[in-house]
Amino acid sequence: MDGIPGKGLVKGLAVTAKTMAHRAHTRQYPDVEPDLPPRSRGVIALFEENCTVCMLCARECPDWCIYIDSHKEEVVVPGAARARQRNVLDRFAIDFSLCMYCGICIEACPFDALYWSPEFEYAEYDIRDLLHEKDRLREWMWTVPPPPAHDPMGEPAKEESTAARRAAR
Amino acid sequence: MIEVIIRVLGVVVAFLTLPLLVGQAEHKVMAHMQGRLGPMYAGAFHGWAQLIADGVKFVQKEDVTPADADRPVFRIAPVIALVPYLVALLFIPLGPRDWLVGQPIDIGLFVVLAVVGVGVVAVLMAAWSSANKYSLLGGLRAAAQLLGYELPFVLAAASVAMAAGTLSLPGIVAAWRPWWLLWQLPAMLVFFVAGLAEIRRPPFDMPIADSELVFGYMTEYTGLRFAFFLLAEYVGIVVISALTAVLFLGGWKGPLDGQLGWLWTLVKTFAVSFVVIWVRVSYPRLREDQLQRLCWLVLVPVSLGQLVLTAAVRVLA
Repeated sequence: MDGIPGKGLVKGLAVTAKTMAHRAHTRQYPDVEPDLPPRSRGVIALFEENCTVCMLCARECPDWCIYIDSHKEEVVVPGAARARQRNVLDRFAIDFSLCMYCGICIEACPFDALYWSPEFEYAEYDIRDLLHEKDRLREWMWTVPPPPAHDPMGEPAKEESTAARRAAR
Repeated sequence: MIEVIIRVLGVVVAFLTLPLLVGQAEHKVMAHMQGRLGPMYAGAFHGWAQLIADGVKFVQKEDVTPADADRPVFRIAPVIALVPYLVALLFIPLGPRDWLVGQPIDIGLFVVLAVVGVGVVAVLMAAWSSANKYSLLGGLRAAAQLLGYELPFVLAAASVAMAAGTLSLPGIVAAWRPWWLLWQLPAMLVFFVAGLAEIRRPPFDMPIADSELVFGYMTEYTGLRFAFFLLAEYVGIVVISALTAVLFLGGWKGPLDGQLGWLWTLVKTFAVSFVVIWVRVSYPRLREDQLQRLCWLVLVPVSLGQLVLTAAVRVLA
């Protein structure tokens, strides 16, 4: 409250006038796609071919929204002494009505079978339809963007530096 | 007879279109002043038909009268709120010639001020007949506000009438000179501020004060009757802006006023309407005591001083 009386009133008018002279911030969402920031967390995609049914994701999930069923299968390898066993995935489902989008499953997966996709338009009229089974999760895989480029100023990956050290030796 | 019908029709058309224009301008201007877009869908192009859509919606709504309300009074109040402004529009001149005024009379200013003052009756009727404590509180606040602001409103108008030496609205514009902008500046500011309070526009919307009184005297209204109150507010903006333009901004005077005088009046009216919207967006609502303080301790003394100044200039010059 210093200076000329009525200064605040004029300032108020100036602020609104200035805002009017600038473009509106509104994004016309359903008509215009939003440009999402990189690494947006929209939905979790499953790259089924990479999954080994190790169950780490389901165990790490804080609210237990991942359901996994599997069975063992014998694989006869010609020339091998005995038949090998491997896990076959029967069911992989994420309940997005429970998921809190923490991304721990993606961090936990040692085989790169889970990815973030920026797609977010999968609202449903029935909450039960938010349970995405494995084929739907596989479909989301097509929307996963390529990984961002490495930071040019960053440290090289551990594999790269060890390989370089071995080669130098 | 035909002439009278044409004149009345012209005024009714103005009564129905100008408030809509101002209302639409308010939607868009307010939105852009807040960094938004405002209505964009109705009518396909930048929401030009938004108010028409609103009107259709209001017509479809149920017209509820509360069980405890005083039925006839409750139902007629919105009409009484609306009609004075329609009557006021009848006397506001667009241009110097007779056919540009709904009804030219010699005491136009007097009639307009008297008629606009009827608004307080409508508000009190609506408030008291609603049988609702919020409505009643809003109505009493409105009555206190309108009675208070009527005084500086009339005194400011009296100053310009005294300067022109006539009560006829076209006469005042004819006597108007550009240097009056300076001479009558305090009166203009007082008239404009008191006019805002008369039509209960923010920042003088204490009677409505939706954060504390629900919607003041309009709380119990629905459908078309509520729309009437809203329409009355927007016609009020048009009337107050037109009066400010005619009394203080020289009405139809401007370059090429021989042919385009009516356009000048409209342009000035819309410019003042824009300021009304601008003020609404920029300022928060005045508290009840601040509102009365502004009226009695600022506006009334300023307008009285202006009257003395006007009289002195008139006598000496």
